[in-house]
Amino acid sequence: MYGGGNLFEPMSKDALKEEDPVKLSEFEARIERGEKIEPADWMPQMYRRQLIRMIEQHAHSEIIGALPEGTWITRAPGFKRKLALMAKVQDEVGHAQLLYSAAETLGKSREAMINDLINGKSKYSNVFNYPAFTWADCCFISWLVDAGAIVNQMANAKGSYGPYCRALARITIEEAFHLKYGHHCVIHLATGTPTQRKMMQEAINRWWKPMLQFFGPPDRISAHTEVLMKWKVKMLSNDGCRQQWLDMYVPKIWELGLTLPDDKLRQNPDTGKWEYTEPDWDEFKKVINGDGPCNKERLAVRRTAEERGRWVREALRKPKSEYVVPLA
Amino acid sequence: MNTEAIIDLLYKIADDQLIIGHRNSEWTGLGPILEEDIAFSSMAQDKIGQSLVLYRMLNDLGESDPDTIAFMRNADQFHCCQFVELPIGEFDFSIIRQFLFDTSEIIRFEMLSSSAYEPLALASKKFKGEIKYHIMHANIFMKQLGNATEESVKRLQDALETAMPYALGIFETSEYEDAMMDEGIFAGEATLRNKWTERIEEVISNTALKLPDIGNIEPKTGGRYGKHTAHLQPLLDEMAEVLRIDPGADW
Ligand SMILES: [Fe+2]
Ligand SMILES: [Fe+2]
Repeated sequence: MYGGGNLFEPMSKDALKEEDPVKLSEFEARIERGEKIEPADWMPQMYRRQLIRMIEQHAHSEIIGALPEGTWITRAPGFKRKLALMAKVQDEVGHAQLLYSAAETLGKSREAMINDLINGKSKYSNVFNYPAFTWADCCFISWLVDAGAIVNQMANAKGSYGPYCRALARITIEEAFHLKYGHHCVIHLATGTPTQRKMMQEAINRWWKPMLQFFGPPDRISAHTEVLMKWKVKMLSNDGCRQQWLDMYVPKIWELGLTLPDDKLRQNPDTGKWEYTEPDWDEFKKVINGDGPCNKERLAVRRTAEERGRWVREALRKPKSEYVVPLA
Repeated sequence: MNTEAIIDLLYKIADDQLIIGHRNSEWTGLGPILEEDIAFSSMAQDKIGQSLVLYRMLNDLGESDPDTIAFMRNADQFHCCQFVELPIGEFDFSIIRQFLFDTSEIIRFEMLSSSAYEPLALASKKFKGEIKYHIMHANIFMKQLGNATEESVKRLQDALETAMPYALGIFETSEYEDAMMDEGIFAGEATLRNKWTERIEEVISNTALKLPDIGNIEPKTGGRYGKHTAHLQPLLDEMAEVLRIDPGADW
């Protein structure tokens, strides 16, 4: 799962100076016509780099995202929830696999991407740097964080890069099941015993701010991404994603008798836009740069898994076969 | 038909499936490659799904509902072999356990496919089809890792030796062996163990590994009678952690 708030490489005015202007305008015309760009097609270096960066962040978010929910598999209450959660988290790991393959078509190997994750060079969705304290947090993630991811992924599925779009088409179908499962879990807690209702409300209170931040900083303070929008790398602005999510889910949360911890939250009747207390974006920056409640733990788990598994990967490597870039 | 014998048999198989499934699921997010996170999760889902089918069968025979029997018993009420409750350890142990345990499991379900107890015979035919893929997974990994690097061969050999006494505990006999054979319910643990030995010998003969001298190993038994290692109770506590917050609630 992944929200907005992709971190793109800053683009200077002469980022495209080196590119062949004829090829560049042909490339842009193809995108304009709604054609998909395929791995062997000509593309500007900047397009390639930004896409690798974005798809890689998305893939990392899927595997890191599997951790907070994964710790609840062994504790899920009853067969039905246990089996569903196992399948859900397995899907997320499968998403990572698909996305790493899509990014590999652009020339960076899965191994190199995972190394950059572990050494902190590349990022993943900020929301997973927060802990899932109780079963209710796990249910919040399955329903509402996945819902946020869907908003972003549905938009990106209409982007310009063929392999990424095809991966997303498959991913969003699975995400729809996650959403249904998560919603079902939350309904049971919200309409359950007083203890269950309290658990759910506390989880919502904890996740409200990270959830708003999930979509990234507001457009007015985000880096300029006009070119990325024109190239259909970025399909929807951060605020656009956030508004869509608020529009779809705030009423559903209220409907369950749950409250949201923001006095200012309301839909402006004139503009139709949601108004809310701005979350602390300095804190967001701090967390994304490594200083959140779970960053160290999340990366340590991943790093340990990589180290403990090294002998397996070495034993599976066939010395005579050569690396082949997947065609996705 | 001897209902007591059937209940005893169903409990031990169901508990084996639940606990090994639970352990396999612990690899989610931690596997050596993404494909193995996915594989272990798939196998875990199959096994836990199979345990549910068996607990339902027990429910039909008058036992409590599946969620209660699976999540609310204490360790001394469990009939799984000790092998399945051991922690996942490193990948070498997990893959060796998967190979040794799943091989016994597929033979058990092959044998039970012709059980005189109809519901179990039907379920076993279905399970066999699912576990076929688990066996393919185990055998491929045995062949690959058991022939690859010096480290991988040594790791697998060590794990094989650690695992073997526990693996032999799978075949701990029940007090109903003769009754089950007489009534055609199950052909018995001794037969199962013989078939199992042949099959694992064959797979291991295609690797650089050496099969320990099985005849001279004392099996770790007791599991079938509720005697467990110190690892089982914490696993069960974890499994019931959420349910116990409000046992009457619908989760
Ligand atoms: Fe996902
Ligand atoms: Fe998801």
